[in-house]
Amino acid sequence: MSNHNTTDKVSFGFWAYLMSDAVLFAGLFATYAVLQGQVFGGYGIGDIVDIPFVAVESVLLLASSFTIGLALLAARHGKRALALSALLITLALGLGFLGMEVHEFAALIGEGQGPDKSAFLSAFFTLLGTHGLHVALGSLWMVVLMAHIAFKGLTEGVLRKLTCLALFWHFLDVIWIFIFTIVYMLGAL
Amino acid sequence: MFGKLTLSAFLHGPIETVPQLMIVGGALGALALLTYFRLWGWFYREWLTTVDHKKIAVMYFILAGVMLLRGAVDAAMMRVQQAIAVPGSEGYLSPDHYAQIFTAHGVIMIFFVAMPFMFALINLATPLLIGARDVAYPFLNSLSFWLTVAGAVLINLSLVVGEFAATGWLAYPPLSELAYSPGVGVDYYIWALQIAGVGTLLAGINFIATIIKMRAPGMTMMRMPIFAWTTLASMILVVFAFPILTVTLALLGLDRTLGMHFFTTELGGNAMMYVNLIWAWGHPEVYILILPAFGIFSEIVPVFSRKRLFGYTSMVVATMCIAVLSFLVWVHHFFTMGASANVNAFFGIMTMVIAIPTGVKVFNWLFTMFRGRITFETPMLWFMGFLSTFILGGMSGVLMSIPGIDFQVHNSLFLVAHFHNMIIGGVLFGFFAGFAYWFPKLFGFRLNERLGKYAFWCWLIGFLTAFVPLYALGLMGATRRLNVVDPSWQPLFIVAAVGLCIIAAGIFLQALQLFVSIRDRKQNPAGNDPWGGRTLEWSVSSPPPAHNFAAIPHIYSRDAFWNYKEDGGGMEVGPAHGEIEMPTQTIVGVLISLCALALGFAAVWHIWWLAALALAAIVACLIARSFETNIEEKITV
Repeated sequence: MSNHNTTDKVSFGFWAYLMSDAVLFAGLFATYAVLQGQVFGGYGIGDIVDIPFVAVESVLLLASSFTIGLALLAARHGKRALALSALLITLALGLGFLGMEVHEFAALIGEGQGPDKSAFLSAFFTLLGTHGLHVALGSLWMVVLMAHIAFKGLTEGVLRKLTCLALFWHFLDVIWIFIFTIVYMLGAL
Repeated sequence: MFGKLTLSAFLHGPIETVPQLMIVGGALGALALLTYFRLWGWFYREWLTTVDHKKIAVMYFILAGVMLLRGAVDAAMMRVQQAIAVPGSEGYLSPDHYAQIFTAHGVIMIFFVAMPFMFALINLATPLLIGARDVAYPFLNSLSFWLTVAGAVLINLSLVVGEFAATGWLAYPPLSELAYSPGVGVDYYIWALQIAGVGTLLAGINFIATIIKMRAPGMTMMRMPIFAWTTLASMILVVFAFPILTVTLALLGLDRTLGMHFFTTELGGNAMMYVNLIWAWGHPEVYILILPAFGIFSEIVPVFSRKRLFGYTSMVVATMCIAVLSFLVWVHHFFTMGASANVNAFFGIMTMVIAIPTGVKVFNWLFTMFRGRITFETPMLWFMGFLSTFILGGMSGVLMSIPGIDFQVHNSLFLVAHFHNMIIGGVLFGFFAGFAYWFPKLFGFRLNERLGKYAFWCWLIGFLTAFVPLYALGLMGATRRLNVVDPSWQPLFIVAAVGLCIIAAGIFLQALQLFVSIRDRKQNPAGNDPWGGRTLEWSVSSPPPAHNFAAIPHIYSRDAFWNYKEDGGGMEVGPAHGEIEMPTQTIVGVLISLCALALGFAAVWHIWWLAALALAAIVACLIARSFETNIEEKITV
């Protein structure tokens, strides 16, 4: 079986996985939509939204999608150093996003508005937290892949993995755009 | 150090202690046998590390068989309780223990009998039917199986340490919330299903990729055997439905572990949200199970009628229609929720509509048989049994799709009879048919026909005796899950218990059939093509070599092997190439599943250091696996 076939099979399967992950998020969005108004004396979404803060978060994540695209492009042209540095920038942007999200969560919990305060806050923390967990796992994956590139070079197998990671990262961006729209934008209205 | 786990979790009442000792004894006995006969090396090389879809199929069969016995014992305990428990003499099971048993029965039969049985047949047949050497991702296949085992072990551990959920098989809140189920039972339920569910999801992705990407040259989609089509539809449903189960159980787990309020009765939680979500998975799940059974019958009926399948295209269209419709009917499980009449009417009509593609299939099978040269070997008998019972169950289903009628029979034994009608008469009979049909291919010898036929008749008669009374009892007002029944119902409950005894005789005869067939295997070699088959799997030896096809055939028509036998057309087999790349064996699947088991157990008992350790070990295994370069090896044929 040729390597081309393997690449074809792996990216197909990864797409199927992403679809299943999309369904997972659909379940969380549905839950959020149903429980949105159930604030029970705790914060509502209007008390949480800070558009400039979220805008910075979004810029970080969207920029990281651009840089991982650059990394993939560089890798496909065999430019190892360029690919590694683009990945490093992507990682930094991703970790910056995560840091901001952790800060937002910590502040809310510090004000006594943790996920056990109301059904709305449960849904809010879980939807955003699941996305954040995905970003964290993606970051870990990125570190592992950088080790692959550093030690093994840009082999066909490594390129295959990098393609999947890039798909995953773009997918998380799409989910974030939904979160930005449905949670923050509609919440700010 | 050990979280909520204390010594008292190991101590049970007398009735629970017997199975507790049986499970511990069984596990220790198996380990002792492996050690005594010095089989550890063989076990490691041939089974633990295998990535061969045929061996994984065998292991799925064994898992399903063992768990079937466990689920059947649960069923027997319920039948005995309901046959003897009337006011004044309340039987031998406490209400809580009874509730744990009916919960375990449902969970085990669906997740750890029906699902593994289905994946056994899919693993066994799909690559052979489409002319592939293995599945798309052999390592993931092994991981899927071992994760399912980890879930099954966890659920059986609940008998040994602690307790199981007493909530019914879907664990509706608020009953399943911490306030009303403070013990570890529901946590066992959540973690066992989460772990097995991940395995199922991975298997779903695997078989979609296998069917889309690995077909033999010339085998277009419309030349695929129907079983490949129904597997594809079923696996697409897995990929779209199982994430919903994952979300639902995770949210319930968050409620119970971190004090959140998704489904609680306080601070804005919404229990009906859970019911909607779980059935948005649960209804497609029914079709995940039944579609492969339909596929098996679509393979069996043409072979034993010596005619090509009637209405191939309509069969494909019907399969895909059922797959789509299965996502549009979930509310019919709770018409009594109080949704508006229009909502209930929509879901009622959608439910009735499903009967149309299903009817198309039934008529296609009937027309396939029409003027065929039919012979009644065991697989065909299972089909005939299926056809009669499944139509009965389908009728009662259409009856209940009318919301007004459903209000009367909701949660009654009428419903219990209906879904057992679909799951036993439909799914299980289908899988038994597939087992009897493909067994000679997998093992190279035939099953004893006579004992197989006796077993079939016991199952059919036993099933009708056990469940027709439940239809009547449901109409008389008996609700499900009663641990004490009204004395006027007792005679029918006794009839149902007799039916269960007949089914038990059927299970015994199946075990005897296996024993006798294995004993006499030298006298009953299967040969390549024992039934006069029509599809590719019968063109290779029984059992097939590890690589299935020395040379991948080129396909020119449906029923390629049949046409090839008739006039040399249909397919073309070139000379073998000499060198084939095959996936290398690996133990990583077992290691990850062991860690997942530890993670589940730790999370159930709140032993957080162990949970963190297990999670880190899983990540480490995955990273190590990503650095593995030696994942394929060349063999010469």
